[in-house]
Amino acid sequence: MVKLPIYMDNHATTPLDPRVLDAMMPFFKDQFGNAASRNHKFGWEAEQAVEAARKQIAGLIGADPREIVITSGATESDNLALKGVAGMYREKGDHIITAVTEHKAILDTCKHLEKEGVRVTFLPVASNGLIDLDDLKKAITDKTILISIMHANNEVGVLQDIREIGRIARERGVLFHTDATQSIGKVPFNVNELNVDIASMSAHKMYGPKGVGALYVRRRNPRVLLTPIIDGGGHERGMRSGTLNVPGIVGFGKAAEIAAQELPQESARTFALRERLRTTMERELDELYINGDMQNRLPGNLNMSFAFVEGESLLMGINDIAVSSGSACTSASLEPSYVLKALGVGEDLAHTSIRFGIGRFNTEEEVDYVANRVIETVRRLRELSPLYEMFKEGIDLKTVHWATEN
Amino acid sequence: MAYSDKVVDHYNNPRNVGALPKEDPNVGTGLVGAPECGDVMKLQIKVNEQTEIIEEAKFKTFGCGSAIASSSLATEWVKGKTLAEALEIKNTDIVKELSLPPVKIHCSVLAEDAIKAAITDWKKKHEQ
Repeated sequence: MVKLPIYMDNHATTPLDPRVLDAMMPFFKDQFGNAASRNHKFGWEAEQAVEAARKQIAGLIGADPREIVITSGATESDNLALKGVAGMYREKGDHIITAVTEHKAILDTCKHLEKEGVRVTFLPVASNGLIDLDDLKKAITDKTILISIMHANNEVGVLQDIREIGRIARERGVLFHTDATQSIGKVPFNVNELNVDIASMSAHKMYGPKGVGALYVRRRNPRVLLTPIIDGGGHERGMRSGTLNVPGIVGFGKAAEIAAQELPQESARTFALRERLRTTMERELDELYINGDMQNRLPGNLNMSFAFVEGESLLMGINDIAVSSGSACTSASLEPSYVLKALGVGEDLAHTSIRFGIGRFNTEEEVDYVANRVIETVRRLRELSPLYEMFKEGIDLKTVHWATEN
Repeated sequence: MAYSDKVVDHYNNPRNVGALPKEDPNVGTGLVGAPECGDVMKLQIKVNEQTEIIEEAKFKTFGCGSAIASSSLATEWVKGKTLAEALEIKNTDIVKELSLPPVKIHCSVLAEDAIKAAITDWKKKHEQ
């Protein structure tokens, strides 16, 4: 028997790897020193641990340890990247290019910068979730200082061609930032091979602890400078002041080390599980729609619309499984997912979407359980669905005049 | 979101799921909501022409658990009532019975609309 509930929402967060916790424990107990204390053993030990972790984090992405700025997480990293560049390069220009499917940490930061006079271009995406590189080229002006395009999308798992985006940016002398929160540790990511100048990452998306992340900031060719958004003791080479979260950073380092070692096997394994889940459901159910490109995609991501079954009611039927939905009813704003909308997914199908996030600790047995529970619940709810009934009668739902007086 | 026990009960054991023949002169059909809004309810009643008592009620709903529960409850409540009595069912009664939270009040409104739409449909058939 599988152990319930099953966690299959690994884009939201990942469980802490026990090996990471073991590495962290001493720094909650005896080794509690402040890494900035330069004159005693407690401080030295903490500093040493932080530097070892920085090396592990840098190693995962092919960077120099001095290019890693520790933050509280990806949201702060995104803020620092965008506000830091906008502040530092104000003389050079005032234009940023990003995309409509970015995480709110990017979109809301851009909106904040717009109020301060920065101009922002929000590129659209095609139905597969990818931006058009010609659109990007056309959007670049001599006032463009930064292109910020995410690597993997947090909802549909689509991977943008950041190598090419980075190449275009470099050719035009524009800095390139990527929010790689969802991809680092899941797919190969090398800052030099991918032409990345700045990259956001987070520990808790790769089996590390919450509350710690990093920003990769390139030191050479080109050298990137950022205006800090948090001032204080001048930690992290002045880019991010504040006493370092030593246990968190040690855990982040360990998580990065494990990810670097196990990535090839793990991505192959999660990919196989994802395909097992997808093919089982597709064999048993009709009218399923995959949201986002299937080729350029995180191995563990499946975002699927179960036509004629509203997402929240489906979640309620599989309440021993943790997944998430793009349905309006599950969001605080009561609006369906803006990412699916940007892909051109109709609101009717957006309401029926479920995001499965398969991770390191999911098993084949769990995947089979999830597939069976979803299949049986979708069947039951379709029996209950007037839309499925109409579809089966051959009625085109798009031609129905819906009474929406409420 | 935590659901009340009654919502969970209706969701797990929905009452009166199904369809009645639309063309039957004694059947009234109400179809309310829209797929884009995430809720569509179809509520049907079979009415005795002489007594105007609702003898049977069936529903199918596309929507969240609260929407399914609201329409399931609506079919339970209209059964055995006269059309005039059924028209008196208010969405607030459904909210109270199912302990719906504020964000789910629209589900109860939709169920009330579905009852009214089914009755209107039946009456239309009987005007001619």
